[in-house]
Amino acid sequence: MYAFNYLRPSSLAEAGSALTKTPDAKILAGGHTLLPTMKLRLASPKALVDLSRVSELRGIEKKGNALVIGAMSTHFEVSTSTVVKGAIAGLAELAGHIGDPAVRHRGTIGGSVANNDPAADYPAAVLALNATVTTDKREIKADDFFKGLFTTALGEGEIITRFSFPQPTKFAYVKFANPASRYALVGVAVAQTGSEIRVAVTGAGNDGVFRHKAMEAALAKSWSPDALKGITTDPSMMNSDIHAAADYRAHLVGVIAARAVAKAG
Amino acid sequence: MFSIFKKSAAPDAKASAPQDPGAPITTVTVTVNGRTVTAEVDPRMLLSQFLRDSLQLTGTHVGCDTSQCGACVVHLDGRAVKSCTTLTLACDGGSVTTIEGLSQDGTLHPMQEAFRNNHGLQCGFCTPGMIMSAVDIVNRKGNTLDEATVRAELEGNICRCTGYHNIVAAVREGAANMTGVKQAAE
Repeated sequence: MYAFNYLRPSSLAEAGSALTKTPDAKILAGGHTLLPTMKLRLASPKALVDLSRVSELRGIEKKGNALVIGAMSTHFEVSTSTVVKGAIAGLAELAGHIGDPAVRHRGTIGGSVANNDPAADYPAAVLALNATVTTDKREIKADDFFKGLFTTALGEGEIITRFSFPQPTKFAYVKFANPASRYALVGVAVAQTGSEIRVAVTGAGNDGVFRHKAMEAALAKSWSPDALKGITTDPSMMNSDIHAAADYRAHLVGVIAARAVAKAG
Repeated sequence: MFSIFKKSAAPDAKASAPQDPGAPITTVTVTVNGRTVTAEVDPRMLLSQFLRDSLQLTGTHVGCDTSQCGACVVHLDGRAVKSCTTLTLACDGGSVTTIEGLSQDGTLHPMQEAFRNNHGLQCGFCTPGMIMSAVDIVNRKGNTLDEATVRAELEGNICRCTGYHNIVAAVREGAANMTGVKQAAE
């Protein structure tokens, strides 16, 4: 790692001010992507602003018809929360399959979504569930949040504070995990919220998480795995690497989406 | 990276005083295996480096240094974490338990005993991390663990010698023998 200064604010206001005042500062959430990236010298911030003591970013609650999750909630906290399990069980299950137990004790939902790794699990859920991302400056709808590989609508120094997930009637997430990293080779989240049906695909797309509109239209007519038969995914939109070629990923999107619909019931 | 390390016997007043939120922090106070240590560290210092190089607690191993192999697993505030992917400064005010902190008064912890009893190791490099993860599994999942649960929960700990069979047997036996002693580790 290159040298950096370490700052640890104890409130959201302090964190915002530290990020504004410190040139080339990055936010440290759970650190399970950022620190490995810094070790490889692929990132070299001049300062890290550790959000672990900012209490406004903690907490999980049901607020009206929405499940609200603080950005610094760890994967472990989300996966074991009775509030999450009661509201959106599939979201707790998703969190429980990120990385491994020790990683889940540190990694956070805010860090994962802000990083927008094309193979991360959470972006699919945020997009399929049409969540609202609240920051210290504004509210951003999921459709406006993800902007391609490792890119989001977040501005410099903008801090995600919480996620608000409208209560779905059906939700499931299924992933075909890379056997080594447990990242999604292909992951599909399907959700029915009110009259809206959304299908979000992670791991596969060469521009990050995306909505599969053809599948959404088919499922709107008939909510069943069979409704997805014959719907293809364009391999030219797919990521391709040593783990899976583009045409294989495109095929997997259909298989995993059907499994997700079956699981959602 | 470690040359500026110094430690004092007790936390000094400066370390516990409120910090200016804009001021960089370089002091950490952390309790390791029951002993409170205050140190001045380079912000880059990982918990694994602090334990091994500053405190000479070399039972915590560094295998991959990329948070995949689990040889560096320790407990931070009662939860298993990968110390190679945790900044020492981020542990301020926390309590760390390493493999050296498991045995009590010269008696092996039941999980350590179970690894010996089941020959749950060959070269031993992964063993400290395996045992720290195993104790964490018991803390979260209880004393009765089936094989599938143990295998799934150990996915963040890699052994390159044995093929896991004896490790899984050791974890199950250690879990059963931990009834009533799980708090001893924390």
